[in-house]
Amino acid sequence: MVLLIQYTLIFAAVLLLVALGGCFSEHSGVINIGLEGIMVMGALGGALVMRFLPYNPDTANLLTNLGVFACVALASIAAGMIYSLLLAVACINFKADQTIVGTAMNLLGTALATVIVKSMNTAMNPDDHSSEIQYINAKKAFLSDFGGKFELNWFVVLALILLVISTILLYKTRFGLRLRACGEHPQAADSVGINVYKMRYAGVLISGFLGGLGGITYITAGVSVWKFENGVAGFGFLALAVMIFGAWHPVRIAGAAVLFGLFRALGNVYNGIPLLANMGIPSAVYNMLPYIVSLIVLAFTSKNSKAPKAEGIPYDKGQR
Amino acid sequence: MSNEHYAIEMLNITKRFPGIVANDNITLQLKTVEIHALLGENGAGKSTLMSVLFGLYQPEEGIIKKDGVEVAIRNPNDANALHIGMVHQHFKLVECFSVLDNIILGIEPTHMGFLQKEEAREKVLALSEKYGLHVDPDALIEDITVGMQQRTEILKMLYRDNEILIFDEPTAVLTPQEIDELMEIMRGLAREGKSILFISHKLNEIMSVADRCTVLRKGKYVGTVNVADTTKEELSRMMVGRDVEFVVHKDPAKPTDVVLNVEHMTVASKMHSNNAVKDVSFQVRRGEIVCIAGIDGNGQTELVYGISGLEPLKGGKLELCGNDITKAPIRKRSTSGMSHIPEDRHKHGLVLDYTLENNLVLQRYFEPEFTNKGGFLRKGNIRAYAERLIEQYDVRSGQGPITIARSMSGGNQQKAIVAREIDKDPALLIAVQPTRGLDVGAIEYIHKQIVAHRDAGNGVLLVSLELDEVMSLADRILVMYEGEIVGELDPKQTTVEELGLYMAGAKRMEVQ
Repeated sequence: MVLLIQYTLIFAAVLLLVALGGCFSEHSGVINIGLEGIMVMGALGGALVMRFLPYNPDTANLLTNLGVFACVALASIAAGMIYSLLLAVACINFKADQTIVGTAMNLLGTALATVIVKSMNTAMNPDDHSSEIQYINAKKAFLSDFGGKFELNWFVVLALILLVISTILLYKTRFGLRLRACGEHPQAADSVGINVYKMRYAGVLISGFLGGLGGITYITAGVSVWKFENGVAGFGFLALAVMIFGAWHPVRIAGAAVLFGLFRALGNVYNGIPLLANMGIPSAVYNMLPYIVSLIVLAFTSKNSKAPKAEGIPYDKGQR
Repeated sequence: MSNEHYAIEMLNITKRFPGIVANDNITLQLKTVEIHALLGENGAGKSTLMSVLFGLYQPEEGIIKKDGVEVAIRNPNDANALHIGMVHQHFKLVECFSVLDNIILGIEPTHMGFLQKEEAREKVLALSEKYGLHVDPDALIEDITVGMQQRTEILKMLYRDNEILIFDEPTAVLTPQEIDELMEIMRGLAREGKSILFISHKLNEIMSVADRCTVLRKGKYVGTVNVADTTKEELSRMMVGRDVEFVVHKDPAKPTDVVLNVEHMTVASKMHSNNAVKDVSFQVRRGEIVCIAGIDGNGQTELVYGISGLEPLKGGKLELCGNDITKAPIRKRSTSGMSHIPEDRHKHGLVLDYTLENNLVLQRYFEPEFTNKGGFLRKGNIRAYAERLIEQYDVRSGQGPITIARSMSGGNQQKAIVAREIDKDPALLIAVQPTRGLDVGAIEYIHKQIVAHRDAGNGVLLVSLELDEVMSLADRILVMYEGEIVGELDPKQTTVEELGLYMAGAKRMEVQ
């Protein structure tokens, strides 16, 4: 049971971070289908730091742990933001179709990460053709162990802090008011002197920030080695479903993330729960659960969607 | 003249676009504390001139002075800094924001980045008190009336301490009572020292509220007159360049057989869970024009969708010339004598990227005259038919039948639709807002066609938001309010004011 909570929390944190990222981008008026790709790049950035950072868990103290955590987080954030610039430049400056660019980013993300990791591995060891990065030791820097029963990943705490900050930022500050205006009615925002292009850049970059963090959180959830060929297994899309189910509102997104996180966690731990293990349902069913649930939930809720009205439409100053 | 104090002077403004001179040496002088109307037909250059003043376009020639000093306005922010504000024809309001959020957007009072709404709320309430602009600061824009949305726009300008207020066709979306209120508000603003520019093509309003009026025609400056010294007829002559008949000449209606019978019709709404049309019953007879009046969004659109077959009925029955068409497909309704001039000519009226000739046969391309037995189109016949309609209905376009519909002007697009629909000689013509956005000349023409169609012994169902059109064309007026017919009026025995009370839901009678 404790294990279920632990996994629910970590997967919910991933979905929360990435869905919040989508939320910022969409409130600014840019649909971000490319979250999956952003997650992969964020994961890659963090994994590389973990791979090469000298770290010995036996001699470490809280300060070094915090240092490692900060470096890993910052690397993921930087990778996510740089990669999200692709979406910003293509869709805001060149007014490209946001869905198509996002899809291209997803295809590119996994491919690029695989190429980078493979060539790196082969360069260090000519016999190594895998696309894996190991980070068994470095990962321990940001895991707190509570009596050997419950393991807390610091990224869960970070996700909670960012949830609070996001809610305040969107609804209590000038920045949030202006950002949402750009996603709802950019002409109105423009007419009162708000630079729609800048606000949309901000929205997309924040989604790169949060998406990158989501990526590193995902690959440190439960495993200590990641095979980059696999990308992030559709978690970027699951996060989009969470965002829609959460009606583009951070607090509701958090609720939706916990729900979806729970279903995802069941796939990991159902063996440990006697009731579920005895039912004899194949593990594939549990692994499919979050995706099936998202399909059903979206089919019934997306009709009353509260999506920002102007999302997906490139803003053109000339058109009035 | 030289002693006058002008708030804004636009001197000898020329603005060219590729192939067209939108503003040709235009001068507009707005005195301090006056209401100045800018009058002109569609395409006369009013919007371009205002866009120049607002910094959206840079003029090739001419200068702008504020309080006698030359200024450069390169973008809307410059205009804001000079305290020039504008209520756009299509409101620039964020629908899911509150009134207060919309007012402060762009100049939010903040403390360390956090919004300080209390401060703003007090200022807004003080302003709304001072100018009699009643709004609820916490209501969402999507929940309030168009009139209140417009007051929000006005408060937006006042909150920014604007001195020069531009109103771009502000009355198009209002009820007669709201129009009166707006006129009163504008007078009040002028009394408090604001200078107002009022763009319109409605002569009655200009006569009632403006001090002076500048007239544009086809991009050229025609003149500026004192409203007190002129007449409606003179203004319209300046605007159009010839005498215009305001009155539609028509003989009294001679209704005969029922052509459309609507019984207890109910249509669901796409926007909310309520029904858009609630248990509506009425009839249209041959030889009469029945007009559905009402404020936009009271179920007229859905009513027409239901009758024309664009939306299924939730309940009730429809009969066309005695045949039940409740469940008939659109093609069947069309071939059994129904024509529809749709509200949105781009969405339902034309295939914009088709040629004019293909658009003209959209309703009958499948007839043997236009399609041979093998299923191939008979291009020659289509061309000949299109040429006849173009000639007969005076549809003007760049390349005749092969013009792409998108490239035509709005008026000629509408004429093409009118030609296509009336030439089918339908027993029932449904015309929704047939003159929306058209200039006086085209309106006159389309009105004549509609009356002629009635006189040929057919029924006409007209849906219009323009009260002048309702009053002058209708033989019988049905008023719709919140999806119900709340009144049946005889245009000869009613007034615009009474009609307005029904439209606003303040009055109702039992119909049938």
